[in-house]
Amino acid sequence: MDAHAIDAVADHGHHEIAIPFNVTPRPDTGVYNAKLGIWLFLASEVMLFGALFSSLILLRTGAPSWPVGKDTLHVLPATINTFVLILSSVTVVLAWANLRLGDLRKGRIFIGITLLCGLLFMLIKAYEYSLSFEHHHFPSTNNFFGIYFTMTGLHGLHVLGGMIVFAYFLTFGSKMWKTEPARFTNRIEVVGLYWHFVDLVWIFLFPTLYLL
Amino acid sequence: MALKRQVRVGNQWMYARDAWRTLEEARRVAHEEERHERQHELPFLRKYVFSTDHKVIGLQYGFTALCFLLLGFSLMILMRLQLGWPGHAFSVMKLIGEMRAPGGVLLPEAYNQLGAMHGTIMIFLGIVPLAVGAFGNYLVPLQIGAPDMAFPKLNMASYWCYVPGGLIMLSSFFYSGGTANSGWTSYPPLSDIATHGQTFWLCGMVFLITSSLLGSVNFIVTIIQLRAKGMTFMRFPFFVHAQLVTSFLLLLAFPPLEAAAVLQLMDRLAHTSFFLPTGLVVSGQVLGNAGGGNPLLWQHLFWFLAHPEVYVLILPAMGIVAEIIANNTRKPLWGYRSMVGAVVFLGFMSFVVWAHHMFLTGMGTVISAFFQTTTMIISIPSVIVLSALFISLWGGSIRFNVPMLFALAFLPMFGIGGLTGLPLGLATADLHLHDTYYVIGHFHYVVAPGTIFAMFAGVYYWFPKITGRRLNEFWGKVHFWISLVCINGIFFPMFMQGLAGVSRRLYDGGIQYAHAKSIAEQTNPFMSICAIGLLAAQIPFLINFFYNAIASLLGHRNEIENENPWHATTLEWAATTSPPLAHGNFHEVPIVYRGPYDYSVPGAASDWIPQHHETEAAPPTGGGMLPAVAVAQREM
Repeated sequence: MDAHAIDAVADHGHHEIAIPFNVTPRPDTGVYNAKLGIWLFLASEVMLFGALFSSLILLRTGAPSWPVGKDTLHVLPATINTFVLILSSVTVVLAWANLRLGDLRKGRIFIGITLLCGLLFMLIKAYEYSLSFEHHHFPSTNNFFGIYFTMTGLHGLHVLGGMIVFAYFLTFGSKMWKTEPARFTNRIEVVGLYWHFVDLVWIFLFPTLYLL
Repeated sequence: MALKRQVRVGNQWMYARDAWRTLEEARRVAHEEERHERQHELPFLRKYVFSTDHKVIGLQYGFTALCFLLLGFSLMILMRLQLGWPGHAFSVMKLIGEMRAPGGVLLPEAYNQLGAMHGTIMIFLGIVPLAVGAFGNYLVPLQIGAPDMAFPKLNMASYWCYVPGGLIMLSSFFYSGGTANSGWTSYPPLSDIATHGQTFWLCGMVFLITSSLLGSVNFIVTIIQLRAKGMTFMRFPFFVHAQLVTSFLLLLAFPPLEAAAVLQLMDRLAHTSFFLPTGLVVSGQVLGNAGGGNPLLWQHLFWFLAHPEVYVLILPAMGIVAEIIANNTRKPLWGYRSMVGAVVFLGFMSFVVWAHHMFLTGMGTVISAFFQTTTMIISIPSVIVLSALFISLWGGSIRFNVPMLFALAFLPMFGIGGLTGLPLGLATADLHLHDTYYVIGHFHYVVAPGTIFAMFAGVYYWFPKITGRRLNEFWGKVHFWISLVCINGIFFPMFMQGLAGVSRRLYDGGIQYAHAKSIAEQTNPFMSICAIGLLAAQIPFLINFFYNAIASLLGHRNEIENENPWHATTLEWAATTSPPLAHGNFHEVPIVYRGPYDYSVPGAASDWIPQHHETEAAPPTGGGMLPAVAVAQREM
């Protein structure tokens, strides 16, 4: 109840209506709104990528022959990319932890490193695509390359989305720290959850497409 | 003694004076707040167009969706003219252009376009946005005592993804190749090789899926997090439960269609072969694609969405009907707990029945048997809800107002729609009925006189909440009775046609086939006349609606009389004004003390106790005996 009251006071003189449990967790559910929201969004993302993985399985089991990833794709850059993404998952947690400790400077450094990791991943991915194109491997070549480009492309869009959010929090978005540090820290936690998920999708994509 | 008495009188006077002062104070504060609010008046664009207020967004959704419904219905009128009198020239056909209807005679290609767009518009642009976007958005925060949705900006983004999605789809009407024409199901390989309208359809769909994703996250978080104090899950109005399950279905069932849409876009734009088998011959030529794809993959992904989608269409309708029945029978819903359990179970089950749409694809008897079994099981929760609503009528003193008439009509109409679905769920019977007019009759009974009637019930019921005015009862009844008769005249003959083997999607309604000719000629003109009658029946509604909406906008409203005209117990009526406070819904956040349907509580002063009233107010007046049924009901 008190969160209602506090937010109602904070609301005075603002255009925006104060939404309860925007920052502080609701006692009986134990989460704040955005945290529940991002988990639900990730559940929906699981269904999106789940449908694509199912399609991959269906196409592969129905095909008379299926190219083996490690012979046709470029495993080395993809392996490096796996480690880049895992590193970025660590740095995003460090960013959040430092913000929790009240250290904006370190927090921003780690957000910056995460953003750079995302950028590095995309550059390596672009290099890998260009290698495929050089070998005349296009989405239309066969369904293996079709699903490879579709799934890694969609994953790449998710990485790009995360990068845009990190860039925002590194620049304009960090203004919130001055007025509402707790809310800003929450925002990093939420984008961190999303970033872990994007990482996890890659952890599944890598063996499925490149190794099996 | 006398002194004591004097003191007491004096005290009473003091209390009275204090009470008066408090009242004065409250008035002053209210006045102050109002002035404060007026100072914070937002600019027009932010207030009405890019609003973050759930009530405004709900109205935007509602108005847009009603326009789309009318458009989708108009397309069907053109199709029905062609079906009723195949090959005749109609001057009204010229509206869709000489290209599609030379000399007023509809071309077969144009018929296919109208069919695909009718289905898509009605489902994705009409009913879902109306049921969830409009009713859900407006009512859920009010019913759970929340100041707004959990993410107001996301809510706005959701509406502004829906609008471009719809516009992208509709813009293909003006494209020379026309709109999508592969049915609302967009089965490949046909849709893979169709004209560019299909690409518009897919792009529009991606927007619509994004919109419903944002909306569903918002709804679930709002319902779980922003409940007022004391609003436990079992004190939710049934409508809120229905919206919660609906949101979970939208959240989890739509992404596979998004995946499918992406794959089909890749097929069409990057020339992959996900849905194209090897050696496909189109117009006498082998298609030069890599092949190896599987058209059934699309069907699986599509129906994995589209079956839960059916429940997205029906659950909010059940929620609306439940609210109106409880209110107008002046009794608690019978079996509220089992109804809640039933819709949750229904939500889970709806994810494991999708392949009953695919019995004829040759997927094997074992899989068919599995999906046949799950389909029979999923009919049980629907029957529980419907039975509970029927039993709720028992022993009530029913008020037959317009919302109640529509809600009552929902019961048998949805009953017919549901029960005619059983033969379709049985693989053997489906062999005969698949892709006939029987199927069309079945799902239209669920969605048209079912869901759409529930939507009308909701519009008549909550109109005073939104505008402070009531819709005219007489014209509402005219609207109801003509609609009820005409809508049955359209859809009931479809069962007969289907049983006689008339295939759906036929440009001439089946007269070219010997087995279908006689029944088609006997029934099709009658059905088309009924469709025109149904269109005419909407005229009193439209006039009634716009007359009162405009009158309300001009300030002709009676907010005090219409604050709670139905004497409803739920928070959206009982705890706030009509229309609710623009800024945060409630003057003070209500605390909830009781369940949603405390109607005719034995011993209470009036026959309704609002959810946020702690006590049963004044002692009973007149000592009237309550019906035994109502008493027994409360003890169950």
